[in-house]
Amino acid sequence: MELLFALLVGALTAGGIYLALRARTFPMVLGLTLLSYAVNLFLFAMGRLTIGQPPVIVPGVSGYADPLPQALVLTAIVISFAMTAFVIVLALKARAEMGNDHVDGLHRP
Amino acid sequence: MNHWVIAPVLWPWLAGILLLLGHGSLAWQRGVSVVAVAGQLGLALALAAEVSDGRMLVYTLGNWPAPFGIVLVADRLAAWMLVTTAFLAFFALWYALRGDDAAGSHFHTLFQFELFGLNGAFLTGDLFNLFVFFEILLIASYGLLLHGGGRKRTRAGLHFVTVNLIGSIFFLFAAGTFYGILGTLNLADLARKVAAVSPENAPLVRVAGLLLFAVFALKAALLPFYLWLPEAYAHTSASVAALFAIMTKVGAYSILRVDTLLFGADAGLVAGLLEPWLLPMALATLLVGMVGALASTRLRQQAAYLVVASVGSLLTAFGLGSVSGIAAGLYYLPHTTFATAALFLLADRITQRRGDLGDRLDPGPTIVSAGILGGLFFVTTVAVVGLPPLSGFLGKFLTLRAALAHPWWSWIMATVLSAGLIGVITLARTGSLLFYQASPPTADLTPEPGVALARELAPIVGLLLLGLALTVAAGVLEHGARASAEQLLQPQRYIQAVLKPGGEP
Repeated sequence: MELLFALLVGALTAGGIYLALRARTFPMVLGLTLLSYAVNLFLFAMGRLTIGQPPVIVPGVSGYADPLPQALVLTAIVISFAMTAFVIVLALKARAEMGNDHVDGLHRP
Repeated sequence: MNHWVIAPVLWPWLAGILLLLGHGSLAWQRGVSVVAVAGQLGLALALAAEVSDGRMLVYTLGNWPAPFGIVLVADRLAAWMLVTTAFLAFFALWYALRGDDAAGSHFHTLFQFELFGLNGAFLTGDLFNLFVFFEILLIASYGLLLHGGGRKRTRAGLHFVTVNLIGSIFFLFAAGTFYGILGTLNLADLARKVAAVSPENAPLVRVAGLLLFAVFALKAALLPFYLWLPEAYAHTSASVAALFAIMTKVGAYSILRVDTLLFGADAGLVAGLLEPWLLPMALATLLVGMVGALASTRLRQQAAYLVVASVGSLLTAFGLGSVSGIAAGLYYLPHTTFATAALFLLADRITQRRGDLGDRLDPGPTIVSAGILGGLFFVTTVAVVGLPPLSGFLGKFLTLRAALAHPWWSWIMATVLSAGLIGVITLARTGSLLFYQASPPTADLTPEPGVALARELAPIVGLLLLGLALTVAAGVLEHGARASAEQLLQPQRYIQAVLKPGGEP
């Protein structure tokens, strides 16, 4: 499972970076979204991948699922969700004001 | 527990919420905003007085003991940054009241939330919390940058937002890696655990540390990552650009904090992690910033490149890593913040009077009140470049004196001095182009009424007077900066203050 998870995060990050470097706003927004998915999964995995473990407060049990990364991911999800919405609105505004969806406003048909 | 520590964070937050209740009335917003910023100045000064005896005030939120809860830590450095921010905000807001705030809605709310994020970032003692406060200040800064609208502003805003979002994502990767290896995000606890890291985990800690450094370098606009800054700063409104003079310093502050606390001399296997990177990058940034200013074709763009250069000289001082180097940087920090802010505001005043020429650096007809504006431009220039007698010179002098003890002293001297020379040439050329090469005015210039002019230029003069105050009080302030640097270079005190409740033993 670790290998699959790591490959998934890596693929999402690579795809995200590739798309974020594109010159048009829509692929760029998608790239940012993929990157934020990748980082959320990464943060989640930093609490170690465990199945069926109790949360912290159980007497007499040594293994547990770390709840802190889940709280971090929740915060990160909220922030990245809001920022994605903001970037989409900004990209639409740029599209309207510059007449095309190139990030530098250069029209290349 | 001293509850005043959290006051500089809560105060602008409450003010921001209060501002929303005024049904968009500009008079209400202006009144509340001015009172809030003045109050914030008072709070920052009070906190600075509180920690001036070298104590570290630790505030545990919800009374959860560190490292389990989030802590705010007020030490000398944090208080110093808070005071600088509050002074800058006061004058930027004063200038904004002249009309920048009326170009769209909610300027003052965004302004207060920006201060909320800034103050939080300076006070927090938790890595993830630092990320959250960075996000708060960035979200507010996106709004401020785009405030008023316009095609160029939107384009610059799109770049600024994208670059900073990618920066935030990498911040999360770095913070996640730290948590994954060391199991904590509290800075003091991290410092303790980084120092004891095992050899097999050391490379991962190194990767996370350098990733974190890259993110802070992006915020501070260091050399490979500065490209977002000139466009963004040159196209936003003047008061926002002036306030943003502190934004790059947040990055510089974070680098200094992480460098001294996590990767200081006691950090075991990862000691001095940032050392080989910081100084060369800072020197290169200084040079590139000055060359950029020289090549600029617009006044606002030139001011933006001078911000890049100012970060370069600031981090050169921090990069020396010695007490006297960090102290020189801390003394230079408020000076360079105020001077570049004054330059942005003054550039706006000059641009307004040049009609169609705008801020393009082409000779044009003589402007109204050229004498007074030219005089102010001269003083600002002297401050920005760091010529005597103003505080910029003292800051540079202290940096160069501290550099003598560094093995690369010849390179540092050469870079700082030649960058200074380029700066002098650049601004002398700009000044003579704007004020000496002017053709006779096309229409009769009716002299402006003195009172109106004085009110218009008061925020700029205020910022320059702060620079003068920094010069006059140089002895006291340098002493304080030295004490801050000593405090920073003894991370054990920070760790003990945070992890043992009740302050320092």
